[in-house]
Amino acid sequence: MTAALELRGLCKSYPLRDPNGWLPRYRELRVVRDVDLTVESNSIVGLVGESGSGKTTTGMMALRLTEPTAGRILVGGQDITRMEAAALKPFRAKMQVVFQDSYSALDPMFTLAQIVAEPLHVHGRGSAREQTETALDWLERVGLHRSYGSRYPHELSGGQRQRVAIARALVLRPDVLIADEPTSALDVSVKAQIINLLQDLQAEMGLSILFISHDLSVVRSLTDKVAVMFNGRIVEEAATEDIFIRPQHPYTRSLLDAIPVLNPRDRRDRVFRSREDLEADIPRLSAVATGLPPAPTPRLIPHGPGHRYEALVQ
Amino acid sequence: MTDLTTLPGAVPDHRQRSPLHFAWRRFVANKAAVVGGAVLILLILMAVFAPLITKSPPTAQDFLGEALAFPSAGHWFGVDDLGRDFFSRIVYGARVSLSIGFSAAVFSVLIGIPLGALAGYYEGRIDWIVMRIIEIFSVVPPLLAAMLLGALVGGGYWMIIFIAGLFGWVQVCLLVRAQIKAFKEKEFVRAAQALGASPGYIIRRHLIPNSVSPIIVGFVLAIPLAMMLEASLSFLGVGVPPPTPSWGQMINTGMSFMYFYWHLAVFPTLALAVTVMATTLFGDGLRDALDPTLKGK
Repeated sequence: MTAALELRGLCKSYPLRDPNGWLPRYRELRVVRDVDLTVESNSIVGLVGESGSGKTTTGMMALRLTEPTAGRILVGGQDITRMEAAALKPFRAKMQVVFQDSYSALDPMFTLAQIVAEPLHVHGRGSAREQTETALDWLERVGLHRSYGSRYPHELSGGQRQRVAIARALVLRPDVLIADEPTSALDVSVKAQIINLLQDLQAEMGLSILFISHDLSVVRSLTDKVAVMFNGRIVEEAATEDIFIRPQHPYTRSLLDAIPVLNPRDRRDRVFRSREDLEADIPRLSAVATGLPPAPTPRLIPHGPGHRYEALVQ
Repeated sequence: MTDLTTLPGAVPDHRQRSPLHFAWRRFVANKAAVVGGAVLILLILMAVFAPLITKSPPTAQDFLGEALAFPSAGHWFGVDDLGRDFFSRIVYGARVSLSIGFSAAVFSVLIGIPLGALAGYYEGRIDWIVMRIIEIFSVVPPLLAAMLLGALVGGGYWMIIFIAGLFGWVQVCLLVRAQIKAFKEKEFVRAAQALGASPGYIIRRHLIPNSVSPIIVGFVLAIPLAMMLEASLSFLGVGVPPPTPSWGQMINTGMSFMYFYWHLAVFPTLALAVTVMATTLFGDGLRDALDPTLKGK
């Protein structure tokens, strides 16, 4: 079975103008470097990392909202990297998105029914009446009363707005959902409701989710597989439990160390390490001992089934 | 809002309120704007029902014997130098002034919205071109250009609307462009792009409806500018040709009689001042009420 979403060697760089010198000189700011990631059908993959690590950019490139500098995007085995708008449209219906800020994610001039019906309208599914009916059904499905259909986004709480955003993303019955920190702006109890909702809908619809987050406890409870991003690269990737129990890369360890521990007796000594420090502390492996060919740059090396981490083979 | 409403099946307890509802509440709180709006409505009614409230047509020289008579119970604003009831002339003058003001504003909006939307959405080269066009229009004084064009084509009603629109769209365009620039980075626009909606659809369905406030403001603020331009051109003799009553033209005539027959200069000036001020106050009030930074407050 083909994977729902595959990213192959995805890169994004921006030209950065050098402020010194007379003539404008540009150097490349590489935001995302060589990202390989597979989201299997009917699974939830977590993409974690600190702010600025490139995880949102990766998600936006997967959606073709940001054009990648290099690499390929495959949806259901089909390469969509260079597709024109018209050819891309059916694939857009297969891949939808939920954003972090639910307030700006909903058009303030639209009623909730209009917001949820919009995807159906854009893709010309059914008559106007059927579209509204489906939209109201979906509002109910995400836990809002049908009568909310005539309300406006600003009348809702953050959690309710996020429910509407989820309804809009799923109304076309996509195969892949890209959830870009959908719970970061919510308080704890509402966060749990939204996570449960996503989990239920995923199971019901057989959805594949790329869950972008820096909230490791949510990621641990929700995802099947986790990829850790640091400085635009994936530095470790493994099954969720594997990564939480046996982290290999120093950045993954420091990320896990940052999870607050409630019980003071379980508290361990935590060291907060700088980016430069972590960058320098890349795992080094001996080519002789591992039997891998030596390379000048770090790369992902396998470590048990489905577990990879970045190391320098010397 | 309590958590109760997030439970499935919870029913909303109050009726829905659109963002415009809050704008209306802010507008009503602004006394000057409400008065300005009321005066404007009164002036519009006066212009529409002009034949019902005047005793003679504005061009009929029915009172030649009483030419230059001062205001009296029979002639509220007196009689002009050619024996016409001056009140009729002022009331019919409102028709010219208001219709030119509104038509020019419509014209401004019709040019300003598409250009502002294109410049704001696409940025880059299109934005550069539109901005340079705007700069050309803002360095040329409208009155000079209008006089030149008026002298070339010979003035007239439609000419003035065309010129006022040509200089009025700049403001609308800038307002719309700024709003669309700010909104196109919003996530609901990205969500629509992720749906595969075309740029035309996104501009039409999302960005322009979210720019209603600046459009309304631009529209209302374009009205007094056009009225002033009409009055100035008519005053200078290249505007609306006589005998059609126009306040600018009447001010010009009134000037010659000002020291002996004050009413011929005062009434048209007052009429113009009141109309322009009412429209401006109304427009300013609308702008404050529709300010997007106050949305939802």
